[in-house]
Amino acid sequence: MDTHFAQRRRRDLIVAACLAVIAALVPLFVKDVYIQNIMVLTLMYAALSQSWNILSGYCGQISLGHALYFGLGAYTTALLFTKFGVLPWFGMLAGGAISAVIAMALGYPCFRLRGHYFVIATIVIAEIALLLIQNWDWAGAALGIDIPVRGDSWLKFQFTRSKLPYFYFALALACIAWLVTWWLEDSKWGYWWRAVKDNPDAAESLGVVVFNSKMGAAAVSAFLVAVGGSFYAQFVSYIDPESVMGFQFSLLMALPAVLGGIGTLWGPVLGAVILIPLTELTRSFVGGSGRGVDLIVYGALIVAISLALPKGLVSVFGMLSGRKGAAR
Amino acid sequence: MGPGLRQETRETHVDWGAAVTAETIIQSLASGLLMGLLYGLIAAGLALIFGLMDVVNFAHGEFLMIAMYATFFLFAFFAIDPLLAAPLVAAALFVFGAVVYLLVVRFAMRAKANAGMVQIFSTFGLAIVMRGLAQFFFTPDYRSVTNSWVGGKTISIAGIYLPEPQLIGAMLSIAAFVALYFFINRTDFGRALEATREDAGAVALVGIDKNRVFALGWGLGAALVGLAGAIMAIFFYVYPDVGASFALIAYVTVALGGFGSVFGAFAGGIIVGLVEATTAMILPPSLKSVGIYAVYLLVVFIRPRGLFGSM
Repeated sequence: MDTHFAQRRRRDLIVAACLAVIAALVPLFVKDVYIQNIMVLTLMYAALSQSWNILSGYCGQISLGHALYFGLGAYTTALLFTKFGVLPWFGMLAGGAISAVIAMALGYPCFRLRGHYFVIATIVIAEIALLLIQNWDWAGAALGIDIPVRGDSWLKFQFTRSKLPYFYFALALACIAWLVTWWLEDSKWGYWWRAVKDNPDAAESLGVVVFNSKMGAAAVSAFLVAVGGSFYAQFVSYIDPESVMGFQFSLLMALPAVLGGIGTLWGPVLGAVILIPLTELTRSFVGGSGRGVDLIVYGALIVAISLALPKGLVSVFGMLSGRKGAAR
Repeated sequence: MGPGLRQETRETHVDWGAAVTAETIIQSLASGLLMGLLYGLIAAGLALIFGLMDVVNFAHGEFLMIAMYATFFLFAFFAIDPLLAAPLVAAALFVFGAVVYLLVVRFAMRAKANAGMVQIFSTFGLAIVMRGLAQFFFTPDYRSVTNSWVGGKTISIAGIYLPEPQLIGAMLSIAAFVALYFFINRTDFGRALEATREDAGAVALVGIDKNRVFALGWGLGAALVGLAGAIMAIFFYVYPDVGASFALIAYVTVALGGFGSVFGAFAGGIIVGLVEATTAMILPPSLKSVGIYAVYLLVVFIRPRGLFGSM
């Protein structure tokens, strides 16, 4: 059993490496900026959803307020850069660290809550942060922050002429989020989380410190999502509260993991690769009318997948995940 | 989840230039109480459905939205005043709620894995479809019912001015909760509802069709939000995203009262309305929802199952 599991893990790693190499080569053949843009977003959502999946999928603490950490990352980077000239790279780490600390500070009271009480707490906390930022004049209030362009450079992490650097960074981020998940899955944390998810009372009685393992998951998850937020701020070079911290964003982040397969290693990647291009394409082909056809298609897709494949799309690709499509 | 209640049109706001007197405080709290009772009515259906089958309907705000559109169109095309339209809208929503259960939720309940997520995201997907359909058929334009019987009118009671639509909404809310109480406790269907809630498996043994009870429960829940929508349409703009503004307040209202307790939603609504009015007196109006959210957190941190919750 153990050797089988080890084999599967090794195979997962090899598959991931191959996919990463293939993904890295794609821009050599696809020069279209519009498609490159979709690829960047796909990779970003894969990374975000993978990070969300650590807390909500593996550890079972369903958060619909992760837009908070995304927004914190975006705002920390943008504010440090525009107000103090701090390079985005430091902003990224600062945003991640702040988010991890805040996630633990919020987790302290919130992790006592269960079920819907927890979910609603995550929503309202993000909503409070959104309202506060919308009324915070120094941070641009509801208008947001325009990040000034200071020329293309890796140092300032700004690129106006080409989307490729953003693409490779997003790819790296997705790989890191995947690797962290892959590594954690077989660490003591991974086993704790699954125990906490399945039955917190039993886990506690067997010596798992339930509270601490939730805190750990929250910190890792928030850190990675905040780095994604920092990246997004640089990528779009303009942020406003609603677009980085709105409730919709929390759901968008959760969707790839849910549709791909919540609590699975490959679910978020698979979900993002299918969902994001589909969203963007329907938006540009039928959404231009401004009449909501894109919403109808998108919503119907969510209903159909969640009803038809409750374990997510990975359950179709059972052999790819090797985990029968669900976390144990 | 939306910008709170910014689009409110004719609500009494405290004037920031003026001194806050006892009179303005009472005035604000009175409007807050009325609005709170209306929140209770909006949330009643959500609480009923949750209590019945542990499902949170993430399309609840969109149920409210279509009720408001139905009211608007009955008024615009047939000149039926919202107060007369309310029972019609409630009846239409009853059918709609039952159909949603039979077409979507019934299947979500069958999910053997990730049941919670399947329920959240199938109803959330439905919400997006409904918003898209509203945009498609009704355009994103803001619409409003003008010159209805009570729209824009206020009534003075002991020197306090109360907006008539909210006053009627509040009375309707009290009536609806009283009716709901008798319905759940005194009728066969109400008993079937309670029995199904407690043990759906055992209920099947005595010959009650679980699906029928659930469908009727969804119908009833939707009818309640239909009533609320008819009243809301009198004093609030109608547009495709309007539901999102109220959905989060409805969730907080239900959770504050405690999941599993329909009447907790009544208390929750009153608290939410009063807290909102109080916050609007202390903080800038754009931050008035912060008070509601903070009180929710405070309550669940002290009582993790809400005020009257059983689950």
